[in-house]
Amino acid sequence: MSITDLERLAQQAEDAPVRAIEGRSQWWLTRQRLRRDKVAMTSLAVIIIMILLAIFAPAFAALVHHPANVAYPITGENSAGQPVGPGTNGFWLGTDDTGRDLMVRVFYGARISLFVGIVTTAIATVAGVAIGLIAGYFGGIIDTILARLTDAVLAFPYVVLALALAVVFGPSLTIVIAVISFFSWAGIARIVRGQTLSLKEKEYIEAARSIGAGPFRIMFIDILPNLLAPVLVLATLYIPSAVVFESTLSFLGLGIQPPTASWGNMLSAAQPFYQTAWWFVVFPALALLITTLAFNLLGDGIRDAMDPTTERLLAARRRKRPPGSLLRPRNDDPDLIIGGDAK
Amino acid sequence: MTEQASAASSDVLVRVDNLVKYFPVRTAGFAHRTVGQVQAVDGVSLAIPRGTTLGLVGETGSGKSTLARCIAGLIPATSGKVYFEGNDITNLPRRRMAPFRRDIQMIFQDPYGSLNPRRRVGAIIGDPFAVHQTVPAGDRKRKVQDLMERVGLNPEHYNRFPAEFSGGQRQRIGVARALALQPKLIICDEPVSALDVSIQAQVLNLLADLQREYGLTYLFIAHDLEVVRHVSTTVNVMYLGKIAEAGPKNAVYDTPRHPYTAALLSAALAADPEAAAARQRIILTGDIPSPIDPPSGCRFHPRCPKAQDLCGSEEPPLEVKAGDAAIHLTACHFPVTAGEKLATTGRRAQA
Repeated sequence: MSITDLERLAQQAEDAPVRAIEGRSQWWLTRQRLRRDKVAMTSLAVIIIMILLAIFAPAFAALVHHPANVAYPITGENSAGQPVGPGTNGFWLGTDDTGRDLMVRVFYGARISLFVGIVTTAIATVAGVAIGLIAGYFGGIIDTILARLTDAVLAFPYVVLALALAVVFGPSLTIVIAVISFFSWAGIARIVRGQTLSLKEKEYIEAARSIGAGPFRIMFIDILPNLLAPVLVLATLYIPSAVVFESTLSFLGLGIQPPTASWGNMLSAAQPFYQTAWWFVVFPALALLITTLAFNLLGDGIRDAMDPTTERLLAARRRKRPPGSLLRPRNDDPDLIIGGDAK
Repeated sequence: MTEQASAASSDVLVRVDNLVKYFPVRTAGFAHRTVGQVQAVDGVSLAIPRGTTLGLVGETGSGKSTLARCIAGLIPATSGKVYFEGNDITNLPRRRMAPFRRDIQMIFQDPYGSLNPRRRVGAIIGDPFAVHQTVPAGDRKRKVQDLMERVGLNPEHYNRFPAEFSGGQRQRIGVARALALQPKLIICDEPVSALDVSIQAQVLNLLADLQREYGLTYLFIAHDLEVVRHVSTTVNVMYLGKIAEAGPKNAVYDTPRHPYTAALLSAALAADPEAAAARQRIILTGDIPSPIDPPSGCRFHPRCPKAQDLCGSEEPPLEVKAGDAAIHLTACHFPVTAGEKLATTGRRAQA
């Protein structure tokens, strides 16, 4: 019996129970690790609750019989015309300066914040990935132009542009989305470009070229799947930035205009009341804080789940290895060189 | 240097004429001044008859892989011509190269790096079908599984990722991908050098079986002399971007005429220890010189045990030496004769 016969027998034994063998994908492993991360799962739950509150904001308004933009000068304000506190006259979280239901308005504010956060991040991600891929893959003059454009956008003072646009076109949701998207793609493009530069030197890209694949097929079929992990993490971390960005613009009066509720313009209106009506400041701020924190923690969790090496690195650090010991981040690992520049 | 081509079988699949590939060396920064040229391949001619295997041997940095990539059209040649079945395919734009891509496929050195880690094996092997639209989407899975079976993989593993396979299995995936379009020429760029010896044999036997079955032609690159001897019909020895010696396998291995070939052969591990003990080792001094600034004359002369003044001034042509068959070519002014004792050190070390 020759070696090859033995091998064949071994192979047959191994394959005996013939069934469809499904590979354990990177995503499957990531999900498993993520599921074990309590902080990330709590954050995810918080985000889901926040999204549900935003979706069902009209239902809550109906439940407490207080539409978002209706003022209640009798029940919603005390004799001095000041907002009433939580639990008074059926206002669960109190009222604002004109006697509107604060809880309903905070939930309506979540609609704006989450909508702006998700839409701008989606636009910025698509644009950033496309520009980064093209710059990194084609290189040369195309890369020079796109990379300098990216640097220019990153260096631009965004409040100045937002001010200018708000003055010219008048503040609106569209302008808010346009401004935030415009200032968000560059960070993603820069990271995607860097990853593409390293990925395009891989032998499997040469293999794709040798079978005759064109540049766009290589970019989207061979390179993009390798970028999904870092891009997903980046996108998760960009949502809270966009939420804060929207609030900032609205706070400055350049974003969502009253009476439409937004956390930013509510905080702006609450400024004179911080001594007399704490709830007016605290609840919109708390909503903003909880939302951004949940997205940031989820993003960190996804990053850790996608990259088993960080786990090992952290474990090694905990064991207090001497500096410069065996464990160093692998430069070629697309999952590792992410995060830091998210904001 | 067309003697080699005309002397070989009339049915030549691939012919390379005086191929040159220089990589410019540029300064960093804005200006990108070109300060030199890496002369990776410098005037190589060869011909591969249909159905045969041409083994290309040489040290790291001798230009083997660059030559292969020029022939495959993956990098543009600086000058010279590549003919495939008589058609000039040198530096064709991608669309005009497409029909030839089907006929010329590559197997890569690194079984880990040459498979996209994020794609399933079925998608990787089926990629050529998707690119060239030779198989309708509905038939691809069956075709891919046929290919997997043919190269000795379990077709049930269609949905697995490359990371779930061993090095040898991964190289079989690479072979299956190369076979998908039923090519005429497969360029094997060190296909087994990353594998264990026992796995090497399996992959080499697979390649040999496939050659018999489909009448494939191979350009086989390796630095392992025994592997090249095993698979090749003809052997070309490269040194610093030039062919040092070319000829039928037995002629080159049994009666090497170039001192470099002789030195390489004397350094190789032999399966028979007695024969190994009996033979004389030729130890070359120094490293392979920089291809940015190659030596004048014969590129091997600074390390050659037989070098004389002529070697440093005049480049030897690749030609048939007295007493050799018409297809055994050597680029040397003072070729080695059978039974000759070579000094064990190079010229520079003696000085």
